Amino acid sequence: MPEIGTDRWVAEFESRRVRREGPWGRLVDWTSRHWLGLFVVAAVVYPFVIGGDFGIRVGVNALLLAMLAIGLNVVVGYTGLLDLGYVAYYGLGAYGYAFLASEQFGIHLPTLLVVGVVALAVFGIGLVLGQPARRLVGDYLAILTLFFLQVFVELALNLDRLDLPFVDGPVSITGGPNGIAGVDPMEIFGFRFGQVRDYYFLLLVLVVLLIVGVTNLARSRTGIGWRAIREDTLAAEHMTIPSGRLKVLAYAFGAAVAAVSGTVFAAVQLGVFPQNFTVALLIVVYAALVLGGEGSVPGALVGALIIAMVPELLRTPAGARLLFYGGLAVAALTLVKPRRRLLVVVPGIVATGLAVRSLVTALWPDLVDVEAAGMVDRWVVRFVPSADVVVSVLFIVTIAVVLGIVAVRRRGAKDALVVVGVYLLVLVWENRLVEEPSITRQLLFGALLVVLMVARPHGLLGRPRVEVV
Amino acid sequence: MEFFLQQLVNGLTLGGVYALIALGYSMVYGILKLLNFAHGDVYMVGAFAGYAVLVAFGGPTDPRIPVVVLIFAMFLAGMAASGILGVVIERFAYRPLRNAPRIAPLISAVGVSFFLQNAALLVAGARFRSYGTAKMVDPSTGLQWGPLRISIIRIVVILSAVALMVVLHLLVKRTKLGKAMRATAYDREAAAMMGIDVDRVIVATFLIGSVLAGAAGVMVGLVFSRVFHFMGFIAGLKGFTAAVIGGIGSIPGAMMGGLLIGLAEAFSAGYISSTFQNLIVFGLLIAFLLIRPRGIFGVPEPVKV
Repeated sequence: MPEIGTDRWVAEFESRRVRREGPWGRLVDWTSRHWLGLFVVAAVVYPFVIGGDFGIRVGVNALLLAMLAIGLNVVVGYTGLLDLGYVAYYGLGAYGYAFLASEQFGIHLPTLLVVGVVALAVFGIGLVLGQPARRLVGDYLAILTLFFLQVFVELALNLDRLDLPFVDGPVSITGGPNGIAGVDPMEIFGFRFGQVRDYYFLLLVLVVLLIVGVTNLARSRTGIGWRAIREDTLAAEHMTIPSGRLKVLAYAFGAAVAAVSGTVFAAVQLGVFPQNFTVALLIVVYAALVLGGEGSVPGALVGALIIAMVPELLRTPAGARLLFYGGLAVAALTLVKPRRRLLVVVPGIVATGLAVRSLVTALWPDLVDVEAAGMVDRWVVRFVPSADVVVSVLFIVTIAVVLGIVAVRRRGAKDALVVVGVYLLVLVWENRLVEEPSITRQLLFGALLVVLMVARPHGLLGRPRVEVV
Repeated sequence: MEFFLQQLVNGLTLGGVYALIALGYSMVYGILKLLNFAHGDVYMVGAFAGYAVLVAFGGPTDPRIPVVVLIFAMFLAGMAASGILGVVIERFAYRPLRNAPRIAPLISAVGVSFFLQNAALLVAGARFRSYGTAKMVDPSTGLQWGPLRISIIRIVVILSAVALMVVLHLLVKRTKLGKAMRATAYDREAAAMMGIDVDRVIVATFLIGSVLAGAAGVMVGLVFSRVFHFMGFIAGLKGFTAAVIGGIGSIPGAMMGGLLIGLAEAFSAGYISSTFQNLIVFGLLIAFLLIRPRGIFGVPEPVKV
């Protein structure tokens, strides 16, 4: 007999899951059951394999992003509240830590106390600012929370010359655009965090604790209530689920998680700056969550790791090339069907390149940079720096052609567009994108969100959901 | 009094621009129940298209064609570029998600917005571009009315905003397309059963909304002379809130809301503090969203089970 208050069907859910067949299937099954252990082993080994401070810093960023994504998963994935102000709580956590442990006000409290106070305070703020979630639904809540984020950024930027009563001269609270530098490193039970590696392991512990906590929470009555609200608020209310209270709770819980990661972020960075907490970060967190699959904790983790680590390859030109041409090859393989058509398409691309290069060299010789002499440069036109208008126009044309590939259904036309599109992509890549890794990365994030939503809205590890209208 | 009137004119100009942006949000929301986050960036692209035409014809200091023709061409280019962009976005980012969960098109829209911003950053660079209107049109020409002076470019902007809104109003109220749009907004499925090609109506809505945003982009460039890749974000936020204040889905509401926000912004900048100008506007908007989310002209939507 299951205990009272537990639904038998729900309690036996795990055992009813379909087992996969074959060695590959068994591997997948095994991995999906032991993902947390696998992650911990890999994460513990990682810093020793990667060596170097930079690699560990990437790991720190990945774990921070993972915390943010898992926290956001509770708000968006479980409860279905579209919170676009989430990053503000990350910022509040960071600024909170900076206020209580730096020279800004000359306060240096012990780390554990600071983190506790900040987490509780932000949880409280979340409870207050989450109240609108009771009434506002969907898009209205999204826009309202986005305003919260804007207000936070404006405050952080502008509270640096404040005239307060009883105090002489303007007072700086947030340090304005320059932020607060010289934040204390963390110190727990006498252990002083000096290296990035120390923070890495601290974050690893936090992430594991968070994962265990959230998975347990998800199985509890609260978690079931959250998901019921996501599926159908009205029906959930009729099942006596206190939807308003649970929504606010989810919102504040997410805020507190973000705040804790914010405190670590401030300590790792030894400072806080307003530009760390903008919409760009929000997009990255959403991209991570959506890539992994909303409503799935391992999904959020995997998504965060991919989003944080893969673009690091873009930093070095060699790694970026590898990623780009690999991606292009995969795209060509999936787009061109049947595969034997590749026999025409690939030579077509090469021929196009050679033809375009000789044509451009013949017609506008002063636009072409003849100095460049890599392997690709014999084939792709390398423009001189002064011709960047041409490259810009080609960039727009490239986007149009790529969209055309998606839209056109006739095989012949599609293949022709693939030929042109691949060539143009390489051209724009070699001439512009490879030199602007940060912009390229953000372009990719934007495109990723759209493509994911269209192709696989439930993400890598999420389950498809049916919405009853 | 002078100062008050000057701020009033500022507010009206700004309000006209916000109203044009708000219309696009409101129309799309009315029909698709979709918050088109990329709308602000469509407006940004319109502003850049106007700038491109300006540069192509010799820049503000020595334009190769008469200034009136040039400004007209800039408007045309901005509206055309934005219109095409709007239709393309609808086709590729929203149409495949017509029947997906509500959150999917919203995230897709956020993605489009981010993509457009960075594409603009890549193409145009991070620095501010200026239309340099003062070099093109002598700023001292215009209406002189006692102490109050309204430059000719502001008059052009306000008048063309009003003209566009009148045209839109007639289009929605008097034409067959307008009727189809209203029917689709009221009940998409029923409209489809009455023989209305819903897809075409949606495309038309995106086209019209985006054209208006493109015009707004060029207007902002002309009056405030600053064009950059991130300009669509804040303007989009304010435009959306203008739509919400007026009552989302309502066309006169969007016009009214735009004017209100423009005036609120101009007066808070003029009388209270320009540092906290955005903060004050945001605070007002948050208050409005909380107190009356359905807006001035909106009707509460019954929840159907």
